Amino acid sequence: MKLKQLSVFLENKPGRLRELCALLADNNINMITISLADTEQFGILRLIVSDCEAAKNILEEKGFVAKITEVIAVEVNDEPGGLRDVLQVEEAAGISVEYMYAFTIKSGENAVLLFRFDDMDKAVDALQSTGFKVLDSVALFQRTDG
Amino acid sequence: MHAQWNDRESLVHPSSAPDYIREEQLRSLQLQRLRAITRHAYENQALFRERMDETGVSPDDIQTLEDIRKLPFTQKTDLRDTYPYGLFAVPMNEVVRLHASSGTTGKPIVVAYTNEDIEVWKEVMVRSFACAGLHSGDIIQNAYGYGLFTGGLGAHYGAEALGATVIPISGGNSERQIMVMRDFGTTAICATPSYFLHLIEYAEKMGIKWEDLPLRAGIFGAEPWTDEMRKYIEEKTGIKALDIYGLSEIIGPGVGMACEQQEGLHIFEDHFMIEIVDPVTDEAMPDGEEGELIITTLSKKAMPVMRYRTHDITSIIAEKCGCGRTIRRINRIARRSDDMFIIRGVNVFPSQVEAALLKVEETLPHYQIVLTRDGGMDQMEVQVEVTANVFTDTVRGVEAVHKQLSDAIAHILGIRVKLKLVEPNTIERSMGKAKRVIDNRQND
Ligand SMILES: [Zn+2]
Repeated sequence: MKLKQLSVFLENKPGRLRELCALLADNNINMITISLADTEQFGILRLIVSDCEAAKNILEEKGFVAKITEVIAVEVNDEPGGLRDVLQVEEAAGISVEYMYAFTIKSGENAVLLFRFDDMDKAVDALQSTGFKVLDSVALFQRTDG
Repeated sequence: MHAQWNDRESLVHPSSAPDYIREEQLRSLQLQRLRAITRHAYENQALFRERMDETGVSPDDIQTLEDIRKLPFTQKTDLRDTYPYGLFAVPMNEVVRLHASSGTTGKPIVVAYTNEDIEVWKEVMVRSFACAGLHSGDIIQNAYGYGLFTGGLGAHYGAEALGATVIPISGGNSERQIMVMRDFGTTAICATPSYFLHLIEYAEKMGIKWEDLPLRAGIFGAEPWTDEMRKYIEEKTGIKALDIYGLSEIIGPGVGMACEQQEGLHIFEDHFMIEIVDPVTDEAMPDGEEGELIITTLSKKAMPVMRYRTHDITSIIAEKCGCGRTIRRINRIARRSDDMFIIRGVNVFPSQVEAALLKVEETLPHYQIVLTRDGGMDQMEVQVEVTANVFTDTVRGVEAVHKQLSDAIAHILGIRVKLKLVEPNTIERSMGKAKRVIDNRQND
């Protein structure tokens, strides 16, 4: 129930993000969502794309350092308290968040929260046993296609 | 007299015999040659004669090997100032070959060889290859640049004289280098260490596995490199990475070579006399202590070079080598006195940075030092390429790598300098000597 994510190292230099986006677009890789963790020194770009392996190969060929990592996608109603509820469950299970980002599905009122926890398997169990809807790639792509 | 099959001499190339000569014999040979070359230079090099006359020293004053200290030094600037032919000591019709070094800082220098000089060069290169355990039957891929640079032809003639098969591929075209290495069954390669690093990367990209290649030795030189780099190359490829030393001013490659024991480099002392001096006071340093290497060519006719200041920092290893050679060794040259720069009052050598970076595991040694001047103060930034091995997808993870590298450098230098992680392939790859330091201080 984990979702593949592509993480890319970015130096802080102008135009690099644009180059990367153009590269993926030219190769018909569909970006579902994107998040940039930015520090003074460097950035880490995290992407959910239609074909993770293909995107990784394309980027590596052009000299990017890219890595496939895993995140957990949780679907919640796009209303106040959605994130808090998830965090409460994980806190109770003794799991902490390494990073998270979110996006809204265009067709509906639902939001998808993407998490990286320190213990991913335990996190999935905790969420599923408390009734959260954890999305796999098939479910996520179904929701984003329409 | 016939050599027995198990004689030491019969196992190595006949040219290597002087490597095993008795010490007294070697010293008396050196003295005889030193006296002859001093006279030859005095009689045929105007600059040398003027300097001798100024100090009132005559060639007859050379009675012992220690008397070499009476002779004047030769500086690189002397070779530039007499450009192109000012130091030639034979008529032009005896000069059979010219080489030149690139003039990155002004005029180039030109060096000359007589037929006899070429034979000596060949011989020391054969002895160098023999140090690396190579012999007839080996296939040597010569990736040193052919041309005015001494590396290409020096290694080429030596490999042929050894009886090995030479592939004169020269530098560059990495894909073809790897292809040739695989298809031609290369057993040894000559290259600059930085170019070989580039080939390692390339082979990885091409999906080549080193254990599938017959390559077993690399003869690496023409730029200073560290023992950490040697270990990195050896672990990555399973070959023996051996250090060769030489300078165009003296002869080219083949002044000294690491043997398979890999503890320092043997100097071919019957042709090159070495001294170690304090680079500031010029005082002779005892064996084992670091100083500037001074070389005198004992056999070179076309252009003898007396007491050449190499700016290379090393020390003499007086202990006998486990390989049985009696010629002395020097320690690996990882720094040059003129490579040094001063950051916040601390002397820094690029090789120290390299050693620090390679101590941090799994970091590819692609780095560069950028010097700038800010408000009269010299600033240094080390740029290191990030690789998939060290990249984790959390900010904390990348910052930990940054800190590890930065701590390792601070530990060696004693000061903390700026460190920047950069994307792969942003640091220019060189086909020859690596450019480790980008000096932007004048432009600011
Ligand atoms: Zn030895």
